[in-house]
Amino acid sequence: MSGLESNQTTIRGSVMIAGGGVGGMQAAIDLADSGFKVHMVQKDSSIGGTMVMLDKTFPTGDCSMCMISPKMVEVGRHPDIKLHTLAEVVSIDGGPGNYRVRVKLQPRYVDAEKCTGCGICEEKCPKKVTSEYEQGLTVRKAIYSLYPQALPNTRAIDRDNCIYFQKGKCKACEKFCPSDAIIWDDSEQDIELNVGAVILSPGLERYDAGMRQELGYGRWPNVVSSIQFERILSASGPFMGEVMRPGDHKHPEKIAWIQCVGSRDSHNANPWCSSVCCMYTTKQAVIAKEHDASIQPTIFYMDIRAFGKDFDKYVNRAKEEYAVRYQRAMISTVREEPGTGNLILRYAEPDGKLVDETFDMVVLSIGFQPHKEAVAFAKTFGIELNEHRFPKTDPFVPVETTRPGIYATGIYQGPKDIPETVMQGSAVAGRAMALLSEARGSETTVIEPPAIKDVKDEEPRIGVFVCHCGINIASVVDIETVVNHAKTLPHVVYAGNNLFTCAQDSQEQMKAIIKEHGINRVVVAACSPKTHEAIFMDTIEECGVNKYLFEMANIRNQDSWVHSATPEVATAKAGELVQGAVARAASLSPLDEKKIPVIQRGLVIGGGVAGMNAALGLADQGFEVVLVEKEADLGGLATRLTATIEGADIKTYLNDLIEKVAGHPKIQVLTDALVTGFTGFKGNFTTEVIVGTGMYERKIEHGVVILATGANEYVPTEYLYGQNQNVMTQIELAERIEQSGAEDLNQVVMIQCIGSRNEGNPNCSRVCCQSAVKNALRIKKLRPEANVYILYRDMRTYGLMEDYYMEARGLGILFFPYDPDNPPAAESAENGVVVSFQDQMTGRQLKVRADVLALSAGMTPEDTEELANILKLARNAEGFFVEAHVKLRPVDMATEGIFICGTAHSPKLISESVSQALAAASRATTILSKTQLTLSAVTAEVEQDRCASCLICVRSCPYGVPRINEDGVSEIDAALCHGCGICACECPAKAIELNWYKDDQIICKIDALLEGAV
Amino acid sequence: MRLQYPTNIKVVRVPCTGKVDVLYILHSFEKGADGVYLVGCLEGGCHYNSGNLKARKRVEQARKILDTIGIGGERVRMYNLSSSDGPLFAKYATEMDEKIREMGPNPIKLAKKKKAA
Repeated sequence: MSGLESNQTTIRGSVMIAGGGVGGMQAAIDLADSGFKVHMVQKDSSIGGTMVMLDKTFPTGDCSMCMISPKMVEVGRHPDIKLHTLAEVVSIDGGPGNYRVRVKLQPRYVDAEKCTGCGICEEKCPKKVTSEYEQGLTVRKAIYSLYPQALPNTRAIDRDNCIYFQKGKCKACEKFCPSDAIIWDDSEQDIELNVGAVILSPGLERYDAGMRQELGYGRWPNVVSSIQFERILSASGPFMGEVMRPGDHKHPEKIAWIQCVGSRDSHNANPWCSSVCCMYTTKQAVIAKEHDASIQPTIFYMDIRAFGKDFDKYVNRAKEEYAVRYQRAMISTVREEPGTGNLILRYAEPDGKLVDETFDMVVLSIGFQPHKEAVAFAKTFGIELNEHRFPKTDPFVPVETTRPGIYATGIYQGPKDIPETVMQGSAVAGRAMALLSEARGSETTVIEPPAIKDVKDEEPRIGVFVCHCGINIASVVDIETVVNHAKTLPHVVYAGNNLFTCAQDSQEQMKAIIKEHGINRVVVAACSPKTHEAIFMDTIEECGVNKYLFEMANIRNQDSWVHSATPEVATAKAGELVQGAVARAASLSPLDEKKIPVIQRGLVIGGGVAGMNAALGLADQGFEVVLVEKEADLGGLATRLTATIEGADIKTYLNDLIEKVAGHPKIQVLTDALVTGFTGFKGNFTTEVIVGTGMYERKIEHGVVILATGANEYVPTEYLYGQNQNVMTQIELAERIEQSGAEDLNQVVMIQCIGSRNEGNPNCSRVCCQSAVKNALRIKKLRPEANVYILYRDMRTYGLMEDYYMEARGLGILFFPYDPDNPPAAESAENGVVVSFQDQMTGRQLKVRADVLALSAGMTPEDTEELANILKLARNAEGFFVEAHVKLRPVDMATEGIFICGTAHSPKLISESVSQALAAASRATTILSKTQLTLSAVTAEVEQDRCASCLICVRSCPYGVPRINEDGVSEIDAALCHGCGICACECPAKAIELNWYKDDQIICKIDALLEGAV
Repeated sequence: MRLQYPTNIKVVRVPCTGKVDVLYILHSFEKGADGVYLVGCLEGGCHYNSGNLKARKRVEQARKILDTIGIGGERVRMYNLSSSDGPLFAKYATEMDEKIREMGPNPIKLAKKKKAA
């Protein structure tokens, strides 16, 4: 310890992240893009987490792998992210700013330097092992990668299953490995990492459905877990996306999903709500139906918890468009019908009648729980856990553990879905950045840009590199024929082949060849440019060739893989594809990536909890912030709130927060301020603001915008609100209890979903169920003899808040579900209200005389119509801002450089607003931390002499970029252009060209591909 | 997945189907292509918001021209799919191939051959 203390004054510019799921990846990317070195420590042989196992994600139906794999590639290629796989932290000492972490690396038995990921070893390995990734539905080999797109793609040997390790002979992998990468005597290693902060994102484990024996998992073959069903749905899964029963491969028609398996149940399971199952089940039902229209899905549930942004809209679509049947019932047993493999489910209908119903297949919606070793894990890091073995955190600083400088994120911090995980990944990164800001840039790699040769006036000299891709291409395509064909093509001065063109040694060889032959344009005939283009572009740039003088021919995905049945034709086609690529390469000209300076100042719009936290997130890192609030005071909606459901005092917190913001030397607060004008682009914005009662104008120059315009409590028009003083909203009730206690409350009725989940606002407002439970508990604790009735549609106390719901039920608070088609009614009475409603159990109409009728009013966004127009930002039908991508970019707006947080995005709790605010600050820092930004060179350019000023480009651009300039002709700002090329095709005068995709650069390729056709 | 599809299909990469000019389509026929089809994102799911919708309009435009000059508008098609729809990609490729075989070779090609002979 003594050696350490002397070190502790040095703040380190690096962070260790334990866990490589989507949240950990987001944290890594944000940190590395903001000037910090990242060490990612992952227990498995590859990163990816849960998301890589999923088939599709709702509501868009996008394939999960397609979304996450670009993120993985980004992590894998980032010079400042170092991956340590098969690795576990053994011990940690030191303090915030300077931790020493000891990590144990398990042997992989494959040399990552030599392995090219060709997969021949895996193909030849004779040993089959149950596949963890495919959830036991199929097999993998003893030398394996977790899944086809695994990162790193170095295979690993599973020692316990390897025939050589177990029986002393085999070594098939070594025999066939073309790169000599197998290391039999590989051994365990200890490494030491010195980092400034630690982020814990190890995720959770899935509940073992076998624990609920009555549901038949592991006993009846056609009962599967929800994660198995994801694999069944997946086109790359065991059944290639065909919905089949594992037992007999028959197509099921009636499929039942059983909710809350392992969740909301203290017997043999977990008391909390896992937060995600209701929605993934709805998605699975919809996707299954899309795969096979004859499927009839039924979902058995307790409450449908569709509490997130636009979730209820999705559930409504599932019901109306996909005929998904939702049946409120708990399943007591699942039995197999002898001989058919079908399953009989027994359940009670709402009126208590017992029913047996037969299904072809059953899916168990399993929840999350902390890893078995969660306690030991926490002990290693020296952090405290809560009673459920989740890390102990505070609602106002949701990502901080009990040990300073160690942060918790993602589902490890508490159950949550993908967007919230991504959001919190950014949030922890933001906290770590603030802690380590003085050491920014101290440990990152500095890449000196190489000198680029001017080849503009040179004749094209093209080098063609044809890849075997192990046997992926070479087993089908005759490489030699392709190389010889390439040699005959115009401008080609070199053509050769590599076993793996992307391997480190091949890249070095390529550089030497480029120099030796004076090559000024490069064609690689290999795999997909989507995954490999960037690697080769970097390589050619390193030897002085402009990176846009490059073209790939995809002779693997578009040829050898898809024409393996006809090798000769495939060889001929490979030659033609190379011919097309060579023609295009010859037509390319060098392009410069413009660099623009960044104004290192942030603008935050909205001074509520989210806006203030976002402002502090930036200011604590040393960036200047201007905070614009349209009201006279800071605080927003939180000024009306008293305490969180956990009992944390909001008033004290808010006062502290306002004090911190107002007194921060880097934050300038403008109150009574209104945004009136906005121009510019990422890194360079100018905003005009009218400030104060004097209405003086201010022009603010800044590099990023954080939107935190907030929301309000819905003002009810229902149930005598505003007419009877005993009818009030939940916020008003909380204020009332705070001021005058509960002594005069004998009977209280609460009605849920006021202003939510109706025609005017189809969405759930997320916070109202917990508000009701919070206030009900408060009343019951102050006055135990009071009767509290909560009339609800679905109780949505998601995540760990389920504890409070259970506590409320335990304390005798009465919960009655109501049918929205037959809602409760209220009439005024002396000093109170009489509420009548139907009890669904008995069917009887009940009447309660209430001293107070509390309406759980939803959330309505602040009126931002004008602001949205000025900033050109999209809002949904309800007026909440729409983020760039619902899953993976929950904090970014579609316009680069603008970020969103808090209730301006969707209704949320204070702790969730804080998380998103920290996340917005983190995302914004990826821009603010740079002095200049590099722009893509693939942008549209106007040849102004040909422009007829017809405005077609102005109208057709999806981003509103082209404008008619002072000279009366169209001008396209390269900094704003997204590079789609729509304008170039629409322009009737052909005055616009998209760089790198100019008309002649495409047409010459078409010509080459069609050569000889006529 | 490596699903097999006809070998006579060659892919020209563009950033967005919105970058496909009518000119490229017509030029391909002039150079002897028997069919041309565009594969874009699902409608409503365009990476660039509206590129695939513009592309659909241009396909319609190209079809009209090809019908007028007797080549056959049916030789041009627009398909929409998501990046996870491998099986659909293969299915559309096969479908297009069958359709074009049914229609026979591009008449321009025949005419040019005749002229050469």
